[in-house]
Amino acid sequence: MGGASVLAAAGLQCRECGKTFLMGPQYACDACFGPLEPIYDYGALPGPAQLRARIASGPASMWRYADLLPVAHDPETDLQAGFTPLLHARRLGRLLGLERLFLKNDAVNPTWSFKDRVVSVAAAAARRFGFEVLACASTGNLANSVAAHAARAGMPAYVFIPAGLERPKVVTSAIYHPTIVEVEGTYDDVNRLCAQIADERPWAFVNVNLRPFYAEGAKTLAYEVAEQLGWHVPDHIVVPVASGNLLVKITKGFRELQRLRLVEASPAPRVHGAQAAGCSPVARAFREGREYVDPVVPDTIARSLAIGNPADGRYVLQIARSSGGVVEAVSDQEIVEGIALLARTEGIFTETAGGTTVAVLQRLAERGAFGRDETVVAYITGMGLKTLDAAEGVAGRAVTIAPTLRSFEQALHEAVAAGGRAGHGLAGNGHLHGGRLQPAGVPASDR
Amino acid sequence: MAVTVRVPQLLRGLTNGEKEVQVEASTVAEAIQALELRYPGIRQRLVDGGGDLHRYVNLFVNDQDVRLLSGLDTPLPEGSEIAIVPAMAGGC
Repeated sequence: MGGASVLAAAGLQCRECGKTFLMGPQYACDACFGPLEPIYDYGALPGPAQLRARIASGPASMWRYADLLPVAHDPETDLQAGFTPLLHARRLGRLLGLERLFLKNDAVNPTWSFKDRVVSVAAAAARRFGFEVLACASTGNLANSVAAHAARAGMPAYVFIPAGLERPKVVTSAIYHPTIVEVEGTYDDVNRLCAQIADERPWAFVNVNLRPFYAEGAKTLAYEVAEQLGWHVPDHIVVPVASGNLLVKITKGFRELQRLRLVEASPAPRVHGAQAAGCSPVARAFREGREYVDPVVPDTIARSLAIGNPADGRYVLQIARSSGGVVEAVSDQEIVEGIALLARTEGIFTETAGGTTVAVLQRLAERGAFGRDETVVAYITGMGLKTLDAAEGVAGRAVTIAPTLRSFEQALHEAVAAGGRAGHGLAGNGHLHGGRLQPAGVPASDR
Repeated sequence: MAVTVRVPQLLRGLTNGEKEVQVEASTVAEAIQALELRYPGIRQRLVDGGGDLHRYVNLFVNDQDVRLLSGLDTPLPEGSEIAIVPAMAGGC
């Protein structure tokens, strides 16, 4: 990295009552139980030109922003999360009437979700504070990342998940050989249990006692998008909401960039939250004009979003309202269609959380929430192989043929006939679409 | 009814380090009152001036969130366990 880290992190502060604390493995205020978060001495950082140069000379990972994170980079735990692609989504954009739609593809992280960002910071903090065991409460993706980072660091890991998770999400933790504890209950039960265990054992629960550090890792999703847009802030962002932390921290990241003058003093992005209807306590509170979120019992295929009692829900409501955004919920069917739409138009296979984001993006676009030339960024936070079951119904099917040219021609002919556009596919530009060989289903101008 | 209250680390300064406290109560509100009698000051850490649970305090009766039950009016069967847990979350 370019020179020693000029860490501006100064301590922890209660978000509710403002009480300050020394940096340490503490997550709740002893006065009001409010959540703690790191505070920074922004004045200790160099000016924008120098800071940009430091970032540019850093690694091609989220640690290029080490100056703005609460702990120093720790190569022993680092799997080089982040600096994922920001793709200009021209085909999906055309469909939605958007010229400047971008997708932040965080499915391509070391364990295939944005969780690697938060765990990377938490694992560094765990070692800094002398913990020997890494642990977490997880809906699946976080467990993958904790198990992998612990393996990398040579630390034992305990990951707690609700029973009945998607099988791929269990295997993608198990392969790193953590102790996996399946809890017979919902994520909220797992969460409560882990808070209780964290009180009794000297373990680094990344999203309990190290939560202030963990949570800050998500800010890098704002930094990267701004840097990838040439140090510009988008007009709109669409972010999936489970606990709400991701949305809150991305917003914080953009605000920091403005404060540090790393981006122009443009208006803050309008921030939109995406939930699954089967677990939409924040969207409901938004719709009903309430300030607080009432917990629900989740029932949705979007299990990585199935948090019925979102700790940051209130902040999500504040941010969405004050920025001119909305919090929307979409049905499981729309989520699955969102997965299919993203795959077919942009070549990105996302999990149910990403399907939720795309479905909300689509709904907002249809409602006219975005200007045609406004810059819209949708955050795709995890990859589709982990929720393969959800995609089965919308995935195409193979055509089985004998290994002969005649059999192939026959199949092609039948497919074209079934597609109702005889003669087209034979020219060679047909493709597998919706389970059958069909002529390409998009206008010629898009090809 | 004799019930058990599990005290989080954050509040053990008030309970002389006790992790588990037995009280007599038939509702959550009564249990909090009983705690207050024994450990003055604990009530205001859990409940606001209007008598509602603080936003960042979660209470569970036999592992059920009281916000999904009847809040502070939630009844306590004999032998119930109340857990006091600071709010926090994972997921995204």
